[in-house]
Amino acid sequence: MTTHVTGGATDADEEAAQGRVYNVAGQDWDQVVAAGDTDRSENEQIVVNMGPQHPSTHGVLRLILTLEGETVTDARASVGYLHTGIEKNMEYRTWTQGTTFITRADYLMPLYNEAVYCLSVERLLGIEDRIPERAQIIRVLMLELNRISSHLGGLGPFGLELGATTIFLQGVRLRENVLDLFELITGLRMNHAFIRPGGVVQDLPPGGLEAIRDFLRKAPRMVRDLRSLIDANPVFVARTRGIAYLDLQGCMALGVTGPILRATGLPWDLRKSQPYLGYETYDFAVQTADTCDAYGRYLIRINEIEESLKIVRQCVDRLADRNVPNDPVMIADAKIGWPARLSLGPDGMGPSPEHIAHIMGQSMEALIHHFKLVTEGFRVPAGQVYVPVESPKGELGCHVVSDGGTRPYRAHLRDPSFHHMQAVAVMCEGGMLADVIPAIASIDPVIGGVDR
Amino acid sequence: MTQTPGGEPPAEENGGLPARRGEERLTASVVRTGMFGAGTTGDTSGYGRLQVHKPPPLSSEPPYGGYFDTVAQALGGALQAAGIGFSDAIERVVVDHGEITFHVRREKLVDVADKLLHDPALQFEICTGVSGVHYPDDTGRELHAVYHMLSITHNRRIRLEVSAPDADPHIPSVTGVYPANNWHERETWDFFGIIFDGHPALTRIEMPDDWLGHPQRKDYPLGGIPVEYRGTKVPPPDERRSYA
Repeated sequence: MTTHVTGGATDADEEAAQGRVYNVAGQDWDQVVAAGDTDRSENEQIVVNMGPQHPSTHGVLRLILTLEGETVTDARASVGYLHTGIEKNMEYRTWTQGTTFITRADYLMPLYNEAVYCLSVERLLGIEDRIPERAQIIRVLMLELNRISSHLGGLGPFGLELGATTIFLQGVRLRENVLDLFELITGLRMNHAFIRPGGVVQDLPPGGLEAIRDFLRKAPRMVRDLRSLIDANPVFVARTRGIAYLDLQGCMALGVTGPILRATGLPWDLRKSQPYLGYETYDFAVQTADTCDAYGRYLIRINEIEESLKIVRQCVDRLADRNVPNDPVMIADAKIGWPARLSLGPDGMGPSPEHIAHIMGQSMEALIHHFKLVTEGFRVPAGQVYVPVESPKGELGCHVVSDGGTRPYRAHLRDPSFHHMQAVAVMCEGGMLADVIPAIASIDPVIGGVDR
Repeated sequence: MTQTPGGEPPAEENGGLPARRGEERLTASVVRTGMFGAGTTGDTSGYGRLQVHKPPPLSSEPPYGGYFDTVAQALGGALQAAGIGFSDAIERVVVDHGEITFHVRREKLVDVADKLLHDPALQFEICTGVSGVHYPDDTGRELHAVYHMLSITHNRRIRLEVSAPDADPHIPSVTGVYPANNWHERETWDFFGIIFDGHPALTRIEMPDDWLGHPQRKDYPLGGIPVEYRGTKVPPPDERRSYA
């Protein structure tokens, strides 16, 4: 008999369509086969449930695979296991508090979530032109560092899933260096809430530029090490070349962007085509491949790491060359700019002693602004905007609606992984079961972003 | 120049006076009173009698500026060729914050989407999904579905907005034109209860299959429990003091 369960089937349909169920949990395989051999017909389809807690599903993704032998005839992805209601929660917090929530969506690229949200709030406020230059440079610097760590968070486990522990360890080793920089600059290794509406929360700490320069000295060699492990690795190439094919038409129809789209040869990168944060002033190249497969996507990611290092270097030079006394990193408007004067104390990050002295001892107005901003927050004029940025995974968009109040009326994150998960069926059906793993790894989905 | 209602006294004499400016908006519903949203204690700020009225719905007239005019004309032409008048399909056009929004009548959504994808002068290849918004006060148009379109060929972006009443929450599905919207329409059904007619399998995607209600609607409470922090009880977010 044929067993066939589709992703959207209700319980009743499932019961009706379900054939013999084998619960396999570590017993002897021969016994399972012997028990099931009695009344099996030819061409039997097997439905395999993969996940939601499978190590290669990048979070809690569930795949329902229908197999004929080892060929996948039907692949359905089921998401929602990590839905935390970030968007709903943001409607009950001030605009500034929203950054703390949205940063947790796709936790491998927290700074992108913050940046895209802050850019949309700034567009609603109409203050896009008044963000200090230094804040914009720091934003680009942090975003590109985050692109490196996000790509490494995709490539390292990619190797592990194909059985290569060394690739994973090398990837994580380099990623660790980026996270150390994040820790130094923002105080946290993830979920930073560092980019805020109006600027960034604080300037680089003393020694920050030197630490980044030090990283820039080490990183190229480590990327080279990683490349020498992967680029021509026969196992890796055999498992990825020609696998998870998705051409330009498929990408367009499924709304696929980012490295998967660029692997079809289309040089579409929002940093070039619709620049934001002054990306038009940085020198970097858009990476493409023409293979439409998992290997092409890998090449694009590792090349983008090298391009990001180039951008980070330019940011560091710009920051070092700036000779502006008291260079602000937060908008000068006292009614919007949150008290950004924070410092790292022994018990974590908090207001800096100078700021406390200023509001408590010197300026009544500063105290009022501080109090109003922290308790009530600022009001954002009514309207709606959609701001897209080029995240490591593709187009990350933020649709924000304001009713003129102190809280977002609606904030919606258009996460690239959410759209890319739809392509799993197209990439996997007709292929081998073993190729499902590199297909998912080449999409690089993060379920935190998919489910939000 | 603002208009004074009623006719007496003559508009040219005092229509521009600050006291008369915006008088026509007094008939609009009040969305907020006072300055600080205080409802339980006396408002000593002096702003207690302030009434903030609902702003009128935005509507822009051509020229819209930039490529927006090209898009609007090309869309109008493509619809005309299919025997649909521009105003039959598009209720109004809003240009705000440098972005253009076409408010599409829901009966004509699929036609408009089809033209946007296939007309060579439009070519919006990618629909980046649909985002729902619930406006409980917008009687007769409570549920909005917002689509963001991207044209890679022309490097343009536009927004479509469709509305449906709570009593009849049906909007045609655009998955026939943009398959990418499959999951996003499921998400919007899941969160807002908008039924996308013609969707191949409109099931819940984020919430469990047996969940009751649609959590992102404004009439769905956030929920939560009070949290004790350093000796004081912090109430759940939706019970905290609100300033709006």
